[in-house]
Amino acid sequence: MENFENIIEVKNLVKKFGSFVANDNLTFNVKRGEIFGFLGANGAGKTTAIKILSGLSFPTSGDVNVAGFDVYREREKVKKNIGYMSQKFSLYEDLTVRENIRFYGGIYGLSSKYIKEKTESLLERLKMTDIQDSLIKSLPLGWKQKIAFSVALFHEPKIVFLDEPTGGVDPITRRDFWEMIYETSDSGITVFVTTHYMDEAEYCDRVSIMDKGRIEGLDTPGELKKQFDAQNMDEVFIKIAR
Amino acid sequence: MNRFIGFVKKEFLHIFRDYRTMLILFGMPIAQILIFGYVVSNEITDVNIGVYDKSKDNVTHEITNKITSSGFFILHENLNSDKEIEEAFKRGIVREVIVFEDNFAEKLEREGTAGIQIIADASDANTANIVSNYTKAIINSYVKNELFAKGFPYEIVPEVRMLYNNSLKGVYMFVPGTMALILMLVSAMMTSISIAREKEMGTMEVLLVSPLKPLPIVIGKVIPYMVLSFINAVVIIALSYFVFDMPIMGNLAFLLLETLLFIFMALSMGILISTVSNSQMVAMFISMFALMLPTMLLSGFIFPIANMPKILQWLSTIMPAKYFIIIVKNIMIKGSGIGIVWKETLIIAGMTLFFLVMSIKKFKVRLE
Repeated sequence: MENFENIIEVKNLVKKFGSFVANDNLTFNVKRGEIFGFLGANGAGKTTAIKILSGLSFPTSGDVNVAGFDVYREREKVKKNIGYMSQKFSLYEDLTVRENIRFYGGIYGLSSKYIKEKTESLLERLKMTDIQDSLIKSLPLGWKQKIAFSVALFHEPKIVFLDEPTGGVDPITRRDFWEMIYETSDSGITVFVTTHYMDEAEYCDRVSIMDKGRIEGLDTPGELKKQFDAQNMDEVFIKIAR
Repeated sequence: MNRFIGFVKKEFLHIFRDYRTMLILFGMPIAQILIFGYVVSNEITDVNIGVYDKSKDNVTHEITNKITSSGFFILHENLNSDKEIEEAFKRGIVREVIVFEDNFAEKLEREGTAGIQIIADASDANTANIVSNYTKAIINSYVKNELFAKGFPYEIVPEVRMLYNNSLKGVYMFVPGTMALILMLVSAMMTSISIAREKEMGTMEVLLVSPLKPLPIVIGKVIPYMVLSFINAVVIIALSYFVFDMPIMGNLAFLLLETLLFIFMALSMGILISTVSNSQMVAMFISMFALMLPTMLLSGFIFPIANMPKILQWLSTIMPAKYFIIIVKNIMIKGSGIGIVWKETLIIAGMTLFFLVMSIKKFKVRLE
């Protein structure tokens, strides 16, 4: 049964690589429409968890439900319902803006007519109608980021995973990008985001912080600060990761 | 199906937008075949020779005439002493000196045998070998046609004939080899690089997150290179047939089918390489050093396998190109069918299967 409250449900998730435990008994839920910050030092097991949630890798044990589907048995359905954007932005540099959108729409099985119509409105919304036939490699980073995000949302997923989406981007562009994240969340799409910027963690509805394969803290930024007796998220993070 | 076509289309766009890829894909095969056909030729023409005729009788004259009128040799100078032979070589123009012994005709008549010494400039061993073989062949044919026909019971030297390639035409050697090399390059190297590029750019992650299954992703990436490889193979065959007069004695369709099989093999090899390399650079280096060099050196393309040390001969048995070259030569030059080359065909098919299974295994491990 699809749970209308929780869009992601993880219960006792364990992932082992040989004797190394990458995810040690994770249990957490993500609510529909919220912005969920997924934090942790490098090597804490974030990437492994995201891979499992997005159907790229299987858990060793535990129950994982994404968008109402079991990641083990209903992987294809999970995949249809999620969007994904990595820090590399993952656009084809030698294709134009329009070709990229067309291609990514196509692999989600959307019809040509639908893609065409939606591309027009999207380009208009992004104010990129003029550059639709420019190659991606000729565009500034901020624009690529916007396009990559829009592409990840193109097939209207229920959840979008953003893996360090703002790495290497200037503060103003980052601000703009968070505006887009808020808009997305307002429209009911759940945003699951990893980041190394603690100011961004403050923008999230709820934040989980991982260390050595375990979730050591999970709450709203305000509660976490209280809980760890810290001034800001930076301190919280350092207290946990130490 | 629609998704799949979009995928293949995108792959073609990558290829057509990158002029370097285009150059490798279309410039290289033509350049290679022309270079190998024209420049790296084993054929000899107009080789300068010297003749030291100690006997100066009509038989030696006839033989000298035969040699110089063959079209391969030009009589550069007549020598008069042993000392002059060395001097002639040192000047570097003369590549070969033919020495007739004293009283050549007389000895031939009295004892039934007479000696000719062929001295070649072996500082270029390959040419020396070819030149001396040509000379021997001409002398043999003279002995056989002129003397023996006239009823003289002279000794007949065992004759060496270059079967299937009488004039030792270089193209016969280089076409199959170049084909193997180009197909390897286009299929294996370009495929592995293009898959590695998706990994490097992070687009592979997005593809794997999408509902597209891994197999269609790989097939979609491979199809354009398969098509282009096949076009390349056809171009090479056409060039060698129309420009270099290389015969196609066997069945053309069968030849193309075998070519397709080899392309499959190279593609699956490329996929395997891409599973172990995370960047285009790594993919390229592996392809270069693990594929290109061994293909050129160990497949019998340039150096005969029979002349290699034992250990390299063993190594050559795992070179897929070796078997493809054997197949192509057999079909094109001897007109063989599957009855002759079934073993080689089976080996290549087996290798294809091996590479595919290995790639799938590797891929699975990554997914777990």
